[in-house]
Amino acid sequence: MADKQNLVIIGAGMASGRLIERLVERDPNAYDITLFNAEPRGNYDRIMLSPVLSGDKTYEEIVIHDDAFYEHNRVTTRFGEAVTAIDRSAKTVAGQNGTVSYDKLVIATGSAPFIIPVEGKDLPGVVTYRDLDDTNTMIEAAAKGGNAVVIGGGLLGLEAAAGLAERGMTVTVLHLMGHLMERQLDETAGYLLRKDLESKGITIITEASTAAIVGTDHVEGVMLEDNTGLEADLVVMAVGIRPEVRLARDAGMEIARGISISPDMRTLGDRDIFALGECVDLEGHLFGLVAPLYEQADILADNLLGGSSSFIPKDLATKLKVTGVDLYSAGDFAEADDREEIVLRDANAGVYKRLVLKNNRIVGAVMYGDTADGPWFFDLIKRRTNISEMRDTLIFGQAYQGAEPLDPMAAVAALPDDAEICGCNGVCKGTIVSAIGDKALASPDDVRAHTKASASCGTCTGLVEQLLALTLGDAYNPAAVTPMCGCTDLGHGDVRRLIKAKNLKTIPAVMQELEWKTSCGCAKCRPALNYYLVCEWPDEYADDYQSRFINERAHANIQKDGTYSVVPRMWGGQTSSKELRAIADVVDKFNIPTVKVTGGQRIDMLGIKKDDLPAVWQDLGKAGFVSGHAYAKGLRTVKTCVGTDWCRFGTQDSTGLGVRIEKFMWGSWTPAKVKMAVSGCPRNCAEATCKDVGVVCVDSGYEIHFAGAAGLDIKGTEVLGLVKTEDEALEHIVALTQMYREQGHYLERIYKWAKRIGHDEVRRQIMEDTDKRRAYFDRFVYSQKFAQVDPWNERVSGKDKHEFSPLATLPLEAAE
Amino acid sequence: MNAVTKNWVAVGMISDIPRRGARCVKNGDMTIAIFRTSDDRVFALEDKCPHKNGPLSQGIVHDGCVTCPLHNWVISLENGEAQGADEGHTRSFPVKSDGDTVLLGL
Repeated sequence: MADKQNLVIIGAGMASGRLIERLVERDPNAYDITLFNAEPRGNYDRIMLSPVLSGDKTYEEIVIHDDAFYEHNRVTTRFGEAVTAIDRSAKTVAGQNGTVSYDKLVIATGSAPFIIPVEGKDLPGVVTYRDLDDTNTMIEAAAKGGNAVVIGGGLLGLEAAAGLAERGMTVTVLHLMGHLMERQLDETAGYLLRKDLESKGITIITEASTAAIVGTDHVEGVMLEDNTGLEADLVVMAVGIRPEVRLARDAGMEIARGISISPDMRTLGDRDIFALGECVDLEGHLFGLVAPLYEQADILADNLLGGSSSFIPKDLATKLKVTGVDLYSAGDFAEADDREEIVLRDANAGVYKRLVLKNNRIVGAVMYGDTADGPWFFDLIKRRTNISEMRDTLIFGQAYQGAEPLDPMAAVAALPDDAEICGCNGVCKGTIVSAIGDKALASPDDVRAHTKASASCGTCTGLVEQLLALTLGDAYNPAAVTPMCGCTDLGHGDVRRLIKAKNLKTIPAVMQELEWKTSCGCAKCRPALNYYLVCEWPDEYADDYQSRFINERAHANIQKDGTYSVVPRMWGGQTSSKELRAIADVVDKFNIPTVKVTGGQRIDMLGIKKDDLPAVWQDLGKAGFVSGHAYAKGLRTVKTCVGTDWCRFGTQDSTGLGVRIEKFMWGSWTPAKVKMAVSGCPRNCAEATCKDVGVVCVDSGYEIHFAGAAGLDIKGTEVLGLVKTEDEALEHIVALTQMYREQGHYLERIYKWAKRIGHDEVRRQIMEDTDKRRAYFDRFVYSQKFAQVDPWNERVSGKDKHEFSPLATLPLEAAE
Repeated sequence: MNAVTKNWVAVGMISDIPRRGARCVKNGDMTIAIFRTSDDRVFALEDKCPHKNGPLSQGIVHDGCVTCPLHNWVISLENGEAQGADEGHTRSFPVKSDGDTVLLGL
């Protein structure tokens, strides 16, 4: 459109990401947006770098805006390209790959780590902790083990230290001040924190001033002012950050500590240039936490769309994301003459709480060990509530106020609608509760998707869950946290995530690292873990035979009398006289009592003694048969109709496509069985619309269906979409199956998985996101390299021989 | 021999039985399942679940128990008792080893 203005944004951090979201939400036609980022990637959740460092999350899990987002919203991205200059008179921005002009410019350059100017600061092995590249450098260094020295005992430094210790390094933290996190904690809380970190094996040296970093080609150690020497293979500098103002300064803008702005987010002296995020300086205030940055982004979006909003700094609360350390601090807790304090200590439980009061109002709160009341105290600070009425019991928390019972739900119930639940994204209780009702949300994931609550740092997930329970009552089923089995408290989703994030490649490794409660699992978790590992590491994982259900060990289906049934594969349900003759011979030779045609167009031979199985397979193999996997959590059958070969209504070669799909996909393991069908026309003789995956051929191509069921539950399929060619049909079906393989919980059929994650989400990833679809397809193809081995032939050749013969047959009369 | 003394019969080597798995010994009409746990303890049960006679030898072995492949009853390897809410008992046999040889007491 002609009246669209050019908006250039420098820096793709969380604040500018929020700005773009707000702009395109409110008026997608207002601006052509160009987004520069020096990092070669888009917006991700920087708060979650510490979980990435410690291995609890992967980068993919913390991406906020993927390529599809930028594409969908027509944002021109120039990632991996640093901006070199701003020309204010020409109204252009120069990047390394060319110049672009702007009508409005937003500088969101964030902050740069402060590097202490000591000798050796530039040695390889000395890193800062700001972005994903830093995090990856640390993960790589940690893989080699050895000593790490973290300079700086603030929030970032301690998270880095804990992450590196988690990854097996010997970690020492150097802190210049007398106690850790002195900006957020008082001395006592600092002491408790130190004790907890020391119990994790981290050495803490306070009042430590770094004199030099030593080493020749690579860092070797750190020397302190008092001549203490520390060995180091890695030095992390986390002494603080300062606003990144170089570009703005070069452009002649007004700079204080950061880029000076007025409350409407405009820079001083240039009406078309705005600044946002950690790089700004508003009347002496700097901003580092995400909540005020998001608020700034909201204000700026409004002003860019003609509004006149102002940003007013507020009090902030801090939480440390170190596993096993629970601390919370908010407000101002320095001592002063006009202030009083209330302190509660419980040394045995490691609990410390301190409230700082001024004129009967709480101005600061520090909590350690038990932080459940943190948000409530923070709310009282922000509201400037007069607490004189409850002063005697205030420190015990919200549950002790009034006559309310000691029910954690009561505390959440008592919160007013405008109480903030998610500090990062500024979502209040009323918004969450009404979204739960209006949009029929049922899980924390739903709430995250619809309201953003708990989508950033995740510490309010517990509160969100309580709101769900409160709003839905008994209807709330916290399925996301249902443990896999009695051996663990983790749910299937968490286990899958952690297998990937922590690089776990054997069942014992999973049980050790995820703290299984039993020594070797149970019949529920072992098959699940075996599948998850096969799926995640197709090339490396050695299948654990003893963790498979008997059918997948014996490659046949156990029957009620302990005999087995055998189903050879008939591609697409087609057979021949030669095959039928071979089956007839086998039935006669082995006295097989029952022969049955199955619902998936196969022939089932029932009542075979286990000892006979290899011989049966040998005879079937000679006729060209392979295993039909009728026993597997894997691809079972592709049922077809005769299509254009014979049928007068057929629109496409449905039999041919069915055979092709089956030949491509046989042998793959899946969370639960997968049954497919291809019908040659909408009369649908192959009954494709009640299958896990189905295809209904039409004149214009192939309509792909998924998530049907015709068993315990009956459910018609959902339409995934229409594609034009057979090749496309195969690619989409394979990608869909791989997505299910990677996300499904063990024994969860496709229709349940798809319902859990949303049919639209499946469509989005498979139909709309070409890159994602191809990536799924490629991963499936790779895993098939290791999966497409006929198990019957292997066993005819002698594999697992012990499975099919008794250990001993005793003589009828045992010796007297 | 008196009635208390067992007749110990060598049935095979411990290495013939997979860890967390089982092998069968045929004794006339009866099948006896010989189990080997992850820590190399060996147990013997009649190969019949007390529920519907499922072949316990085909089940998944975990923590001193086996889960029947037919309906997931969990049976103690040590004494043949059904675990949890299920009630029932499978006959168990004494087992000892002589070096690597497994001896079954009949």
